[in-house]
Amino acid sequence: MKYLISVLFLLGLSISANAEFKVGFVYVGPVTDHGWTYQHDEGRKAVEAAGIKATYVESVQYGADSERVIRQLAQSGHDLIFTTSFGYMDPTNNVAKDFPNVKFEHATGYKMDHPNVSVYSARFYQGRTLLGHIAGKMTKTNTIGYIASFPIPEVIRGINAMTLAAQKVNPDIKTKIIWVFSWYDPGKEAEAAQALIDQGADIIMQHTDSTAAVQVAEKAGVWSFGQASDMQKFAPKSILTSIIDDWAPYYVERSIAARDGTWSQQNTWHGLKEGMVAMAPYNPAMGSDLVKEVEQLQKDLASGKANSFTGPIYDQKGNLLVAEGSVADDGLLGGMKVYVKGVEGDVPQ
Amino acid sequence: MTFDLNFFGMLIGAIMASSVPLILAASGELITERSGVLNLGVEGMMIVGAISGFALMVLTDNLFLAVIGSMLSGLIISSIFGFLTQTLFTNHVASGLALTIFGIGISAMIGKNFVGIPGKDFPLLLVNLRESIPFVGPILFGHSIILYVAFALPFATNYFLKRTKLGLIVRAVGDSPVSASNQGINVTLVRYSCILYGGAMCGLAGAYLSLIYTPQWIENMTAGRGWIALALVVFATWSPLKVLVGAIIFGGVTIMQLHLQAIGLTIPVQLLSALPYIMTIIVLVVISRDSRKIKLNTPTSLGQIFYKEK
Repeated sequence: MKYLISVLFLLGLSISANAEFKVGFVYVGPVTDHGWTYQHDEGRKAVEAAGIKATYVESVQYGADSERVIRQLAQSGHDLIFTTSFGYMDPTNNVAKDFPNVKFEHATGYKMDHPNVSVYSARFYQGRTLLGHIAGKMTKTNTIGYIASFPIPEVIRGINAMTLAAQKVNPDIKTKIIWVFSWYDPGKEAEAAQALIDQGADIIMQHTDSTAAVQVAEKAGVWSFGQASDMQKFAPKSILTSIIDDWAPYYVERSIAARDGTWSQQNTWHGLKEGMVAMAPYNPAMGSDLVKEVEQLQKDLASGKANSFTGPIYDQKGNLLVAEGSVADDGLLGGMKVYVKGVEGDVPQ
Repeated sequence: MTFDLNFFGMLIGAIMASSVPLILAASGELITERSGVLNLGVEGMMIVGAISGFALMVLTDNLFLAVIGSMLSGLIISSIFGFLTQTLFTNHVASGLALTIFGIGISAMIGKNFVGIPGKDFPLLLVNLRESIPFVGPILFGHSIILYVAFALPFATNYFLKRTKLGLIVRAVGDSPVSASNQGINVTLVRYSCILYGGAMCGLAGAYLSLIYTPQWIENMTAGRGWIALALVVFATWSPLKVLVGAIIFGGVTIMQLHLQAIGLTIPVQLLSALPYIMTIIVLVVISRDSRKIKLNTPTSLGQIFYKEK
């Protein structure tokens, strides 16, 4: 009996291995987080809609567990595997070595040890530039409250991009930051939002995953912004716009390329131009002039006419980071670890 | 930063609100532990209460039903733990951990259909008094009924344990189930009741999070508060009033450290984040130095399995 089962199992495996083209996704959170993983899963659904079978494994822990999951996906006949969190970088490369015929795509990382590994990420900071511009114009108290998760370059880049844009339209602006050291703790995010409001912030934005902060802002009657997906329905009056991560076109394009045999190794960092970063509709409460202004800025950022990090840019101590007339290169952006002038407090070390 | 009285009133009000889930869960768990049962499933029971309350609110549009339902669901899930430990005599620690893992899993499963639905406004009492009286107003008024229940609960629990016959029975069962049994007390029944009560309170604590504090459902939204409640019970040396003190300090330092960050103090942020834990432990250790009292309050048979001799 045992023998029969294992034969059937192997048979099943080999059938599925020889069957149609399949794409696999590995997620760090649940597909219902209404933020990061939710948006990746929207991308997966788009791949399915394009007629390609796409499966996923959710809430996969970093470390040995993730390597096991990725390996299993490769073994069970997936031809292209997307690993959608920074912590999957080494496991992805380890598995890629053993499966040269399977293609791997790792999000937000930089390691491509084997020819069958690509990396991709989005220029979320371009969205932050737009938020900064809006915030600078909308604030009455000149104080912007920012709830931050972990002191990694991606988060610091967002804080800096936002502050620079806000300073450009309102030189008196101050950015107050609270680090909650979590991606995902609605209670703590709500408390942080309330503390910032009590300290005089009349604009709240966050680089954490839940909708708690925008709900607090709605109740307190201050402005807020959504993060990762459109959070408008949680705070209809308060939300001015949301930064949306749109992975769908990229996932569809890469899946079709892999199916048709035209896939090649790439290092992708897309932004507003390619649509990987998108903005939710602007709140009419901003006034039609400001909406037009921001829409123009969005177009300019997309076309390259404007840049989020245009010099001169100084850090908090007054050291020159980017010289006048030039823009920050991807190397500086990728390793950004200091605040620009005008941000209060220190980066946690 | 504004240093007016009203600001401090708001601050104290916020601190009180943030300590409510801890007070409720810890008070419930305290009764369970005083009967000699160590239930490590607090986090699991809270999260099940959170999703049940939120789901019922969405389905029935009735907040009263939602609150009652969350308590019932906490009670039901704790009855699984009761059955395992009291009827099948399984290990308390293992069963409690299993309950937490089970609770997080099943709440995520039920919760799939309730993600992304905005919550409803929970009625707050005497909101106009909150705004018209400076300082005292924001402290005393404009809270949900559950907050008042939570702040009365440690006093009621204290009275129950110290001054009532039933309380004496619970303590007797927790200290020496064998002697209690010989006195004709049904140890299993008492322990079952205490487990169910603890479950109901944890369910209520979860509902406070999903219905009032951050009105929405998000997977794993209790974010470790159940474990903090568990630790509070131990550090408060099983005294209900010290649980209250501990919960307020924890909530208070949590809120205060956020304010300190927002002011832009140059204290390392990691230290500030650790402050609630450090302060709570220090204060509770200091106020519970009296070893005689600790002995008096500690349930001697905590976590031990009781087999009734037939």
